[in-house]
Amino acid sequence: MTAANASAATGIARDEHYNFAYLDESTKRMLRRALLKAVAIPGYQVPFGSREMPLPYGWGTGGIQVTAAIIGKPDMLKVIDQGSDDTTNAINIRRFFGRVTGVQTTEHTAEATIIQTRHRIPETPLRAGQTMVFQVPIPEPLRWLEPSETETRTMHALSEYGAMHVKLYEDIAHHGHIATTYDYPVIVNQRYMMRPSPIPKFDNPKLDRSPALMLFGAGREKRVYAVPPYTSVKSLDFADHPFTVEKWTSCCAQCGATDSYLDEIITDDAGTRMFVCSDTEYCADRRAGQAVKHAAGGAR
Amino acid sequence: MYVAVKGGERAILNSYQMLDAYRRGDTALPELTLAQIREQMPLAVSRVMAEGSLYDPHLAALALKQAAGDQIEAVFLLRAYRTTLARFGYTVPVDTGAMRLQRRISSTFKDVPGGQVLGPTYDYTQRLLDFSLEAGRDPAPLPPSAEPLPASMPRVTGLLEAEQLVEADEIPAGDPAPPDLTREPLTFPASRAARLQNLARADEGFLLSMGYSTQRGYGNSHPFAAEIRFGSAEVELFVEELGFAVTIGEIELTECQMVSQFTGNADEAPRFTRGYGLVFGYNERKAMSMALTDRAMRAAELGEAADAPANDIEFMLYHSDNVEASGFVQHLKLPHYVDFQANLELLRRLRGEQEGTNAAAAPADSQSMQPMQPASHPQPRPQEETLA
Repeated sequence: MTAANASAATGIARDEHYNFAYLDESTKRMLRRALLKAVAIPGYQVPFGSREMPLPYGWGTGGIQVTAAIIGKPDMLKVIDQGSDDTTNAINIRRFFGRVTGVQTTEHTAEATIIQTRHRIPETPLRAGQTMVFQVPIPEPLRWLEPSETETRTMHALSEYGAMHVKLYEDIAHHGHIATTYDYPVIVNQRYMMRPSPIPKFDNPKLDRSPALMLFGAGREKRVYAVPPYTSVKSLDFADHPFTVEKWTSCCAQCGATDSYLDEIITDDAGTRMFVCSDTEYCADRRAGQAVKHAAGGAR
Repeated sequence: MYVAVKGGERAILNSYQMLDAYRRGDTALPELTLAQIREQMPLAVSRVMAEGSLYDPHLAALALKQAAGDQIEAVFLLRAYRTTLARFGYTVPVDTGAMRLQRRISSTFKDVPGGQVLGPTYDYTQRLLDFSLEAGRDPAPLPPSAEPLPASMPRVTGLLEAEQLVEADEIPAGDPAPPDLTREPLTFPASRAARLQNLARADEGFLLSMGYSTQRGYGNSHPFAAEIRFGSAEVELFVEELGFAVTIGEIELTECQMVSQFTGNADEAPRFTRGYGLVFGYNERKAMSMALTDRAMRAAELGEAADAPANDIEFMLYHSDNVEASGFVQHLKLPHYVDFQANLELLRRLRGEQEGTNAAAAPADSQSMQPMQPASHPQPRPQEETLA
């Protein structure tokens, strides 16, 4: 990556053996109908006829089906896993879409029209017109409290969310604070409780009134749900225990960012650690910007 | 200096090549052909077709070869391929009563019309390794049979039904089309048709264990294998332009009908109830396990206790699929370091707080707590901050 604003878009030729985006058109239509319903009822889990994809369940089949249903030839796709464009699963999904759609792919958040993600929301603020596609392992926020799907659907219908508040309260009673660090439950549009997929709670505030469309796909569990643009997403808390996010005392060891989610890297056998941005594109972008500034300063 | 992991794509491409070499093994040995797999490992092919929900021995053999013999991987390959196939239509229901049988046994009657036909079975083989297979040999020719098998044999449960000793196997009112779980999500309450479909493609090992659990007391079940049959059934498609059904092929099926005692209640007289198993290919273990678990899932509707694991329909149907289970279990191989970091941060904070409390309570112990955080590595520890 040479400059912060240079396009990183790449494309590969489409494999004509498969329909565009792998799924047949009637399956895509079924998915789009489910997604429209999901957008119409923010946070509500819509059952859909999940297909068996050529990638394993639990590895992003829900997100892949959602992306396949909405992607078109002019789209620019970014795929991240753990905030990184370079993890093997992200690469694999990006390669899959390159092969079955031939659309351009990018690592630049600002450039992308569709961003499929596992476990993170990019640090670069999203804009109107962008769509985030989340890969969801377990869509039901009440699942650990109630294993039965029949029961949890009833609980949602009745907005019977007391059990979750009790769980959070018990955390506070035991530990002094809420011990949920990722997949932190939210209330969408003041109605449905939603699992934001296992993003760290650091990313929860990015969901609230985001200008981008947020789509969630759970392939194995056969559910999609959505947060439309500019919809309120409130992380559960109490008046005397307000919602908090992680903040690090150090900055990113590579780019010096103080506002990003940091991953801990163990660098030797003695347990020496360093902290670097989990969002690799954000980090690289900042470093490229610093290099340009440095070069300009040197020339002067 | 840490550098973000790059080159993942090259690593993935290299892993393809390594896998290819691993699968092929010693290239000095001749490569397996699909015909060899199909003809000489028919039970493996059967299982892959059944759980892959696609009757195609050739493709199942290909999947087995590509999967280096890993059945669940082969099932996955076949299922992913199946997704791309267009639906031309639905066949008329297969008549297992008219199957051309290779094997048919009943454990409820000593003799039944059509007779007990042992057929090709491992049941009474003595499980001694046959060293004559080491070198390879052709099977000895079968002596000619005294009388040919009847073209079709009536079902044993049909005989019980005539006496009303077993519940009727009626077609539901209006003969509703069964759901297609590969096109629609599973919803609850799940109809028996949906349950049976789920079981037909369910993992054999899961059904075996769950069926077994009902026999050992987790569930009130007293089953008898009224009939097990294996053979070939014709598959017919109704062609609208012609106005009649035409045979489009033949498939091998294993069917199991279990009957279990039912003591009756205020509305119904005591009688036998049914558990049903039907599987592609030859697989009695799966067909029998399916019949047991089908019956176990009917416990609630028959007014039984329904408090055993195998009686829990949601539990059974949500955990029976090995492609789903295998994917989700193995997704733990994917990086989780963002979530892990969040947990690590919480754990350190909680431990730090506990140490603080302990140190305050017992100052003499504080010395021994010291080595837990080596002073040489000052940790930039994340802190909780209230959002403005």
